[in-house]
Amino acid sequence: MKEFAGQALSWKLEQGVVELALHREPCNELGSLSLGELEQFASALDGLEKDAHALIIFSELQSGFCAGADLRELYARSQGIAKSEAVRGVRNFLERIHHVLSRIDSSALTTIAAVHGVTFGGGFELALVCDLIIADKMARFCFPELRLGLIPGFGGVPRLKRDLGNAVVRDLLLTGRSFNVTKAQQVGLVSQVVGEGEQLRAARATAAQLGKFDRKTATAAKRFIKPIPQEELRQEIEIFCRLFAEPAVEAGLKKFAESTDAQPYLP
Amino acid sequence: METAEKILEKILTLAAAHFKVPREKLSPDDDFFKTLGIDSLQTLDLLTKLENHFQVELPDYELQGVSDFRALAGKIQARL
Repeated sequence: MKEFAGQALSWKLEQGVVELALHREPCNELGSLSLGELEQFASALDGLEKDAHALIIFSELQSGFCAGADLRELYARSQGIAKSEAVRGVRNFLERIHHVLSRIDSSALTTIAAVHGVTFGGGFELALVCDLIIADKMARFCFPELRLGLIPGFGGVPRLKRDLGNAVVRDLLLTGRSFNVTKAQQVGLVSQVVGEGEQLRAARATAAQLGKFDRKTATAAKRFIKPIPQEELRQEIEIFCRLFAEPAVEAGLKKFAESTDAQPYLP
Repeated sequence: METAEKILEKILTLAAAHFKVPREKLSPDDDFFKTLGIDSLQTLDLLTKLENHFQVELPDYELQGVSDFRALAGKIQARL
């Protein structure tokens, strides 16, 4: 399928570049709807890889790239059922999204996350599967999961560890603070910083450059320098599910879901 | 070092421009959530604008409980 228009995301293939656009209000929260459409994308990727050399993931929403997992849906789905059943549901969701994200991570295409504004939690983890992150000046990166009593669950920490020094990973994970793009570039997370709203234009220019190289060589180079941290990804799911069973998590999710706080995203 | 008053004035100018609010409608002791009518995501935009302009890092946790422009200016001054 070379083109798809869904409720949460769309994609199209043009001139060798696949563009995956996120457009679920308010800020591309990743819940069951987005996951289902991401799974369709992962299935279509085999076909797309035959005709493309690059993939760009971006958001069409002004609010940002992606605010992360849909915590309100997560909370709602864990109500009125036994804890063990809620944990099973979470595990199933995690297994499915890990499958999709690892598929994109290991794609033969060179992948670019073109981000702006909020790039938090699961949104940050989606960006981290890409080979390059191109960010505008308003981008912010954060793992706020600890405030809920959880760790990032979509492969964020193993992939961040793959790319950055452990001191920076610990700062992001353990303080839950957000980094602006200057800091993100300083630590090596972002490779190109562009003016406000220019991230997609820059990503398209980069994708055009990538098209000049032999595809097999580019794929071999990518696989050489970007191994998939399989073992740590498995461990992450186990730790997440163990923590999810703790009462503190339900309390944290409830607080978030029912919050009218002006700063629910601020750890 | 910039004075607190200069920092405050710049914050008000930047906030007015970014959120398209007349500058004269903003006062130093205003609750910026209410005056600007902004939500948590837009607050992060304001934080990024200020960090970029003043070239400082403002960890989110240092801003907990800060809701008026004057207090925000104090936090920035402490980082300059």
